[in-house]
Amino acid sequence: MARIVGIDLGTTNSLVAYMADGRPRVIPGRNGRTMVPSVVAMTDNGLIVGDSAKEHLTRSPERTVYSVKRFMGKGLEDVQGELAYFPYHLTEQGGVIRIKLGEKSYSPPQISAMILKELKQRAEAYLGESITKAVITVPAYFNDSQRQATKDAGMIAGLDVLRIINEPTAASLAYGLQQKTQGTIAVYDLGGGTFDISILKLKNGIFEVLATNGDTHLGGDDFDRQIADLFVREIREQQGLDLNAYPDHMQAVRLEAERTKIRLSDELKATAILDLPEGKGRYSRDFTRDQVESLSMELVERSLEPCRLALKDAGLTPNDIDEVVLVGGSTRMPLVRQRVQALFGKEPHCELDPDEVVALGAAVQADILSGGTTDLLLLDVTPLSLGIETMGGVMSSLIRRNTTIPASAKEMFTTYVDGQTGVDIHILQGERELVRDNRSLARFRLKVPPLPAGVPRIEVTFLIDANGILNVSARDVRTGETQSLAVKPSFGLSDDEVERMIGESFKFAADDLKARQLIEARTEAEVILMATEKALKQGGHLVGEEDLSSIRSSMAAVEATKSGEDHKAIRAKMADLENATHHLAEVLMDTSLKEALENKKLSEIT
Amino acid sequence: MDHNTHSTAGPRELQMARSMCWHCQSEVAGEYFCDRCVKVQPVSKELDYFTCLGFPRRLTIDQHQLEAKFYELSRAFHPDFYQNKSAAEQTISLGNSAMLNTAYRTLRDPIERAEYLLDLEAGSVKEIRNSPPADLFEEILELQDTLNEYRATGRVSETESPLRAKLRSERNTLEQRQRDMEATLQQLFVQWDKLQDRGEATDQARAERDRILKQMREHLSNRTYVKNIVSDLASTIG
Ligand SMILES: Nc1ncnc2c1ncn2[C@@H]1O[C@H](COP(=O)(O)OP(=O)(O)OP(=O)(O)O)[C@@H](O)[C@H]1O
Ligand SMILES: [Mg+2]
Repeated sequence: MARIVGIDLGTTNSLVAYMADGRPRVIPGRNGRTMVPSVVAMTDNGLIVGDSAKEHLTRSPERTVYSVKRFMGKGLEDVQGELAYFPYHLTEQGGVIRIKLGEKSYSPPQISAMILKELKQRAEAYLGESITKAVITVPAYFNDSQRQATKDAGMIAGLDVLRIINEPTAASLAYGLQQKTQGTIAVYDLGGGTFDISILKLKNGIFEVLATNGDTHLGGDDFDRQIADLFVREIREQQGLDLNAYPDHMQAVRLEAERTKIRLSDELKATAILDLPEGKGRYSRDFTRDQVESLSMELVERSLEPCRLALKDAGLTPNDIDEVVLVGGSTRMPLVRQRVQALFGKEPHCELDPDEVVALGAAVQADILSGGTTDLLLLDVTPLSLGIETMGGVMSSLIRRNTTIPASAKEMFTTYVDGQTGVDIHILQGERELVRDNRSLARFRLKVPPLPAGVPRIEVTFLIDANGILNVSARDVRTGETQSLAVKPSFGLSDDEVERMIGESFKFAADDLKARQLIEARTEAEVILMATEKALKQGGHLVGEEDLSSIRSSMAAVEATKSGEDHKAIRAKMADLENATHHLAEVLMDTSLKEALENKKLSEIT
Repeated sequence: MDHNTHSTAGPRELQMARSMCWHCQSEVAGEYFCDRCVKVQPVSKELDYFTCLGFPRRLTIDQHQLEAKFYELSRAFHPDFYQNKSAAEQTISLGNSAMLNTAYRTLRDPIERAEYLLDLEAGSVKEIRNSPPADLFEEILELQDTLNEYRATGRVSETESPLRAKLRSERNTLEQRQRDMEATLQQLFVQWDKLQDRGEATDQARAERDRILKQMREHLSNRTYVKNIVSDLASTIG
């Protein structure tokens, strides 16, 4: 069977992993980094993804998409509250958000597909074979529409998505495999955009999820916003300058907010610095960890309520939890660790890299599906109750939340009027009593033979498969015939649309790969040149004349090849420059600049 | 409904013996796989949950054994292990897993298990009670009044108001009632199991059986009623 890769399609970062010799491994890119920023930019030369796209966040903010995962399976109305935060233009068509990039509009699954393709190509280059099958992870608390949108993204990227699995459960697989854990564990996953808590029982290779809960709109992005809002407010007060009018500066604010937050996870003090437009000079602000924590407190607290609910649903108390596992970049915040530790009364585990553990778990699941690993089995649950609309706008539950999947429920339908030929069915997901407070998933019309009222008997089966995705089928009990159903999703692409997008995507793929590699090489070259300039200013006086002249000449060489058409030549000169700056990098104090010189963290220094 | 055929392993043997492999058409006698072509067989939709999990129709079930059986069958049926198989086998795996999960969920919880058994044995759907059980009638009417009064006065400055205190103590009383009912049910469960173990087919045994079922039904619906009131109370006074 062809190889199946495991993909963590994250709000901020995405990764691809595979299994080799019974051990999952993350596939690094050319630059040695394992994470691909989930950023897509439309440049004059075409679309680019990842590190090089991240460079465009401040350059052409209106054409650079980040955090697209927040829009998966959503309508415009769902995100009204945060539209102002995004520099790109959002519209809606057929219940699906569209993102305008230049002339064209793209659905979130299409944008995600570009990220997936990047990962696919990365895996293909690394493994030297074509990759067509994948397991993709989603937040456990994703609803049906969000899962379906993720599956669509995979299809558009030319991937056969064999399974959608939940991020915290994937993490538990990686942990379980590595640490041979048994007992009851809680996985707390706070990433860039989403929060999940899952409680699992691990026993003899079975990973049974007892309960899951979360918030698909809570993550590092929200912490950044708290800090960014404060910057913008202060700048307005001090300078009378409203940065909202400058999308590029707003992106710089967001990135500086994130950088400050990250620094304060390790240090107690940090200074945020922003260049201001309109000749207003610089904004510089000292921050302490305490200050960031007081800005974050409410958000962290918000993650604890789902933890309590999950415990309750599992019929457990914090004492029953043997181990707590932390997943996601945001769990590096000391405040998060403290609060989680306080809630569960035990020190959380973080032996595995919280950035990589989900992708590793996805690779393990991929190996299970391909028959490689046979002793492990994941029994997951559906996070939200599924039901249908009944009289009076009330939701009647068919499958309760935290039911082990696959799960099915049957419901018998009949008619109320003689000769009635159809029954309308509205499928919902959520925990509230009233239809309008729950998520509408889909509607369909059940065809009924014209008979006296009450005589037709149509049995509808609602089946949630192992992906947590709903399938509906119907059978006429009198004739025994099965009925095909045209289910119209409330928030999702139609099958036709997905088909069309797959077609378009192949056209895009056929676009010259070389052109893309060239754009990437050029972008990276620009960044390394910029970093070198900065480094020379900071530490030029600390290195010898010989170093300086070799740096200058290497820079000139990069500059020269950059205007050419050969990406390999550019990269070769970049490597020379890296060698030349070796000594300079060593004497630098600024670690992010240092890493930039080593071509590691491009985005950190722009 | 035939009251005499529910002795332990009976129904399953019957159903399994009758089935034929969907793939090679040979007779499938034993477990869930064809002896000849080793293809997975669909679990009959008529199979009851006890049989599905290989347990007799008893109300006391060893949780560890039940879990072990659930895990064992999950390993046999789960779609993860059918990824490389034919579409037909994948469909069967999906259906069997869904059925297994429902069976396990139902039997895992003693109350749901009893309600299900009642359903199987006496053939009626869960009775939903709208009025309080007779012996709680007065108490509950009064409670409703207090609740309404409490809701009407608003919850502004009532941290420990007398009304709230009263509701709290009511809640404790009702929770005790619920526990009592569960204890009584537990006794009925034991009686049921003993009767089944004896396996007698006398008139007396039949009468005994009907009595236990009737009492179980009554206690189950009373318990549900009280439980709902308690959770209503809990959500009101927090
Ligand atoms: N040291 C740190 N301190 C605080 N936050 C951090 C740190 N390192 C990373 N983060 C934050 O973690 C987030 C990214 O985490 P991660 O890569 O796990 O998210 P993701 O998988 O992309 O998102 P999601 O799982 O929500 O879809 C970002 O918001 C980032 O700012
Ligand atoms: Mg993540």
